[in-house]
Amino acid sequence: MIEALRLTKRYGERTAVDDLSFTVRPGVVTGFLGPNGAGKSTTMRLLLDLDEPTGGAARVNGRRYRDHRAPLREVGSLLEARAIHTGRSARNHLLALAATHGIPRRRVDEMLDLVGLAGVAGKRAGGFSLGMGQRLGIASALLGDPHTLLLDEPVNGLDPEGVLWIRNLLKSLAAEGRTVFVSSHLMSEMALTAEHLIVVGQGRLIADTTVEELTRRASPAAVTVRSEQDGRLRELLGRDGVTITSADNERLEVVGMTSAEIGRVAAAAGIALVELTPHQASLEEAFMQVTRESLEFVGATR
Amino acid sequence: MSAAVVERPSSVAGTDLAVTQRRIITSEWIKLRSLRSTWFSLGAAILLDIGLGILFSGLRGNDAATHQVPAADFDSIEVSLRGMFLAQLAVGVLGVLVITGEYATGMIRASLSAAPRRFPVLVGKVAVFGGVTFTLSTLMGLIAFLGGQAVLHTDGYGVSLSSPGAARAVVGVGLYLTVVGLLALGCGFAFRSTGGAIAAVFGLLLVLPLLAQALPNSVADHVNKYLPMVAGSQIIAPHQAPNVLGPWTGIGVSALYAVVALAVGLFVLMRRDA
Repeated sequence: MIEALRLTKRYGERTAVDDLSFTVRPGVVTGFLGPNGAGKSTTMRLLLDLDEPTGGAARVNGRRYRDHRAPLREVGSLLEARAIHTGRSARNHLLALAATHGIPRRRVDEMLDLVGLAGVAGKRAGGFSLGMGQRLGIASALLGDPHTLLLDEPVNGLDPEGVLWIRNLLKSLAAEGRTVFVSSHLMSEMALTAEHLIVVGQGRLIADTTVEELTRRASPAAVTVRSEQDGRLRELLGRDGVTITSADNERLEVVGMTSAEIGRVAAAAGIALVELTPHQASLEEAFMQVTRESLEFVGATR
Repeated sequence: MSAAVVERPSSVAGTDLAVTQRRIITSEWIKLRSLRSTWFSLGAAILLDIGLGILFSGLRGNDAATHQVPAADFDSIEVSLRGMFLAQLAVGVLGVLVITGEYATGMIRASLSAAPRRFPVLVGKVAVFGGVTFTLSTLMGLIAFLGGQAVLHTDGYGVSLSSPGAARAVVGVGLYLTVVGLLALGCGFAFRSTGGAIAAVFGLLLVLPLLAQALPNSVADHVNKYLPMVAGSQIIAPHQAPNVLGPWTGIGVSALYAVVALAVGLFVLMRRDA
């Protein structure tokens, strides 16, 4: 469980996080979404007590991060900027972190195996690719077998296989009842991984919702219909609350009716349909729409 | 590589996980010994100190013998230990890097995520780096002393470890270099950047005495003896010279500089965002 309570962080004149409140619950993957510069990384650092908030408070599993007896057992974290000394080997990096908590050496080796770095564990981390660095970051996040995971852009730099691996890993960790909080600026990635979403823009909360709900709210479902008697169908469907647009004469884009309703109308009139395709706005579109609204709102209040 | 993390029995279950000062010290020891720069710096310090000690001893002993300097007027102990003034460069740089290296690479965020309370982190670094520096440089002082005296013996100037001031001077090498190392560590915590911290350390150690020379003599005599290198290095001097502090007072005064630097460093560590 992660709680942000009216969290605010200012750097001089610039407000990075603005009165942000949300709760992240265990059992599902929660996406932390927003364009670059929206304050996601700052929020993550505030949650980890690395930065001091200007106002408000951050709690993880009921307490400030630093007030936990064994912080790595509570929260495993991967920060966007690399947090690894380039001169140290992957194994020594993990051993040093493990030592602070008395985590056994065996666990370090298990984590290296898990993330696929066992073969290069003795090599200096400075020579690692972005993807390998991310894997090492994941290994350190999982070191303490934490109840809560806080990952900032974990798929950055990973190859498709690695992305898939992270996705499954996060889902299985959440399925175990852990709290999994993952930031991303890629809506499409979140659509595949997260169930719940916290969307921020310019440091403020834009939406705290489920992926499903966001999609529904963002734009109504449209249905594409094609028939051999396009003109007649257009007349039949044209009623209050229904908008029909068409790219060409043979295809109608209908908003305001379900595909079942359209099918029934066509059948009653004896019109043969060639195509009947319901569309859901893609999450990417939904996200763009929601963030655009918030940016306009902010712009208007200035 | 598999997503089977969840099916695997967790090997931390049943272990008493908690952050303690002792564990932080263990962690700092792993960090210190697992970097190549540690061994390069300390290796350089040791070679410079011992090598120069023996070299000076040979040259000075030879020179003194040709001029028939009486043994009582020859500073045998100091000659063999003077290499520490060069070794302090390596120790000072390493002391800075121990912490600024973490800021430069981002490692500090991993360190503070694992041990979020700041004070024990500083204590851990002081204990490990101070302990390693003291042990190695005292040992190095002993080798430089024994080597130097063996060379000086051929000219009749060698003294033994039991002669007055000798044991103190050998331990003094360890103490002085530890003070320099901790002063550097404190500056590293305070500045967080390698360049700034190194400038501060060597400004204090090497540049201040030069600036003090610009002062009128009456003032300089009072100021000079309190400067960290001047005060701290009296511990390897066999006889007390005029206008300097005694060996123990001197090392105490130089240690105060390190304490102040560490206090400022702690303040920065606690107050500023990582």
